[in-house]
Amino acid sequence: MTSTATQTRSVVVERDIAHPPEKLWRALTQPHLMEEWLMKNDFKPQVGHSFNLRGEWGGVLDCKVLAVEPQKTLSYTWDFAHEDAAYNLQSVVTFTLTPTATGTHLRVEQAGFHPDQKQAYGGAHAGWKSFLGNLDQLLERLD
Amino acid sequence: MTDAHDLLFKTLADPTRRGIFERLCRDGEQTVGALTALAGVSQPAVSKHLGVLKQAGLVSDRHEGRQTHYSAQLNALVPLVDWTSRMAGFWETRFDNLEDLLNRMDQ
Repeated sequence: MTSTATQTRSVVVERDIAHPPEKLWRALTQPHLMEEWLMKNDFKPQVGHSFNLRGEWGGVLDCKVLAVEPQKTLSYTWDFAHEDAAYNLQSVVTFTLTPTATGTHLRVEQAGFHPDQKQAYGGAHAGWKSFLGNLDQLLERLD
Repeated sequence: MTDAHDLLFKTLADPTRRGIFERLCRDGEQTVGALTALAGVSQPAVSKHLGVLKQAGLVSDRHEGRQTHYSAQLNALVPLVDWTSRMAGFWETRFDNLEDLLNRMDQ
């Protein structure tokens, strides 16, 4: 990256799931199941397939499948276009599944390219409600 | 998670304290007396909570005559609402949904 106006950020969330990779893979790749835990979508597990994720809040994410390795890796772009460039988001989401003795270790990494500060301030208002809503869950992660 | 995050989360973990802070966010500057009327705890307890909030940078105080007015400092929350923090929270919530779904699915 040469631009000083953007910053690359990465978010990693990991969890041990008490279900086998085959089953988890179905939940990650079958549209009717994805809708139940993630968002409405027209996903297909084919590299190059373009699809949308539609949030309950009315936002639409533009996505494109980058990698599909059944029961191991799934990767797609996760872009949000906004008329105000400061709110644009271009990112890549990668799910990695690793079998464990008790099920599957699931890791999601979201790597984004984002003009940072303005969003942080704008987000202070937009993010306020979700901050309070998520606070209890975030607190659980502290201890 | 940084120490600054820990302090903010721990400060807001107490429901009474969080209630006082939310009230200041919603209704603007207030005196201890006005806050006590709705907090459901004693004035010394409210004062103590305000002291903790002030230490975390979440409220500031302004003295006017015998009264002290408290106001919320929303900027203190900026570290919590940046993109990475919000997306981490997003995925944690979605993973909760995913586990619920998997528990309901047939093998």
